[in-house]
Amino acid sequence: MTRVLRRPVFLIGLVITLALFAVALLSLVWTPFPPTRMQIVQRLKAPLEFGLLGTDQFGRDVASMLMVGAWNSLSTSILAVLIGASVGTAVGVIVAMRRGLLELVVMRGCDIVFAVPPILSAMMLGAFIGSGRFTAIIAIAVFMVPVFARLTLSAALQIWTRDYVTAAIGMGRPKARITLAHVLPNISNQIIVQVTIQLGLAILTEAGLSFLGLGMPPPAPTWGRMLADSQTFLGQAPWLALMPGLAIALAVLGLNMLGDGLRDLLDPRDNS
Amino acid sequence: MISILIRRILSLVITLLVVSLLIFTVMDLLPGDPAAIMLGTSASPDTLAALRTQLGLDQPLPVRYLAWLAGVFRGDLGQSYTYGVPVAGLIAERLAVTIPLALMAIVLSVLVAVPLGVQAARKHNGVFDFVAGLLSYISIAVPAFWVGLLLIILFSTTLGLMPAGGFPGWDAGFFAGLNALLMPAVALALPQAGVLTRVARAAVLEVMNEDFVRTARAKGLSEGIAIWRHAVPNAMVPVVTMLGLQFTFLIAGAVLVENVFNLPGLGRLAYQALSQRDIVVMQDVVLFFSGLVILMNFLVDLAYLLIDPRLRAGAQ
Repeated sequence: MTRVLRRPVFLIGLVITLALFAVALLSLVWTPFPPTRMQIVQRLKAPLEFGLLGTDQFGRDVASMLMVGAWNSLSTSILAVLIGASVGTAVGVIVAMRRGLLELVVMRGCDIVFAVPPILSAMMLGAFIGSGRFTAIIAIAVFMVPVFARLTLSAALQIWTRDYVTAAIGMGRPKARITLAHVLPNISNQIIVQVTIQLGLAILTEAGLSFLGLGMPPPAPTWGRMLADSQTFLGQAPWLALMPGLAIALAVLGLNMLGDGLRDLLDPRDNS
Repeated sequence: MISILIRRILSLVITLLVVSLLIFTVMDLLPGDPAAIMLGTSASPDTLAALRTQLGLDQPLPVRYLAWLAGVFRGDLGQSYTYGVPVAGLIAERLAVTIPLALMAIVLSVLVAVPLGVQAARKHNGVFDFVAGLLSYISIAVPAFWVGLLLIILFSTTLGLMPAGGFPGWDAGFFAGLNALLMPAVALALPQAGVLTRVARAAVLEVMNEDFVRTARAKGLSEGIAIWRHAVPNAMVPVVTMLGLQFTFLIAGAVLVENVFNLPGLGRLAYQALSQRDIVVMQDVVLFFSGLVILMNFLVDLAYLLIDPRLRAGAQ
């Protein structure tokens, strides 16, 4: 299957992801209507009846809200994944360098952190420090740390067994320098692939958090809250529930395909 | 075997203790006084002090933790502030919805994914394989709670065939209960099924060409029987592993789906506790969910040992 799909998967993923970024960036300078402008006379208009995708219960333009939602979702997710990936990778390479008791403690710690779903840690955080973008970013990032720590550790341990690393150790190079010069460059491909895939997961999680009201506060439009708001009008205006969900699914699909495509392209050995 | 089991159980107990201590400490370190959070800004200092004493907040952290732990062993998780009832009872009541929901979702996803994955492996690189691959890509990308909304639009508001949400309780009859859980379970199962289809496909592909499958075919068994009787059971290890790994996501999905369908489950309880700022309930629910995830991973570990004798040898 991969052989048939390899190129198409990467290309479709790339096109969807680029389109997502383009829409998100475009929303910073232009949207068809101001996304928070309410026009009660135009409320709950069907797609094409007003604007491209209709209006919500306050007469706000759905297409404009979706565009800004793309930016809000992407920027939150990117920040969360970058924090999680940086901390996780740092933990992973350091543990690979030191091993011993540290490895045991960190790996158990990863199991524990991984046992608390981000939705629940966001609720816990939200109760104390209030919900909002910061809470969402921290909750997602914390969950990402063990993902990257485990990946980096197992990848880095393999590099440490390579001949050129043994040679570098023999030459008396300090371990920290070997990590920077040999380990990190050789595992960077795997980390990049994982960042892409986790970005998809982060978008899904962010949507879930804002669906529960744990994401960015109103009036900032988010895909998750648009879905939450649509619940009241499922019979009257079903398109309100359709579009934000499609946007989430498409964004995640694009990133997942891009990640899988990248994995195949970057790792020629793995042809299974 | 026994010694491995004892070691695993010991490690499980330690992990559970560390998790509870960690969540306790994190909640303690977070800014904000639980009593003030629960009472809101208008509370008088006297009420605040009374609640602090009632919650034991005037005690130091280790004392509170040990008291809580002792309570857990007695089945006492504290008192819910908003409901005025024991949290243990609340959780037990809500579990009657969440556990059947999760089980239904797991069963549904396995029932869909395994045949799909096996068939895709048998016809690999063919049209069926391509379509199954595409479907699993899509199902992994769609949020479960959105699928829930779509199901409500289609089967409830448009066709009027299914209840749009709510739960009649098991007293209303077994089938009435199942009926209320069906759409939420389907929504929850869909992303799981996508992941499991991929895993099942890859696993069957791997064992399909092994000697024992070839022997079975050489004996004159049809390909279908050879695969279902010999390849599929051997391919179940990765499927079970994935079920365990996905359990965190199933829990997260359940929190959202329960809110979409207005189901009085544990996820909805957590959400209500958050909006009512019932810290005690929230802490217990988070601990309970985390414990459930850890327990699940432990069971998957045990299942390995039962399914695959090679791992049993490796563990010694």
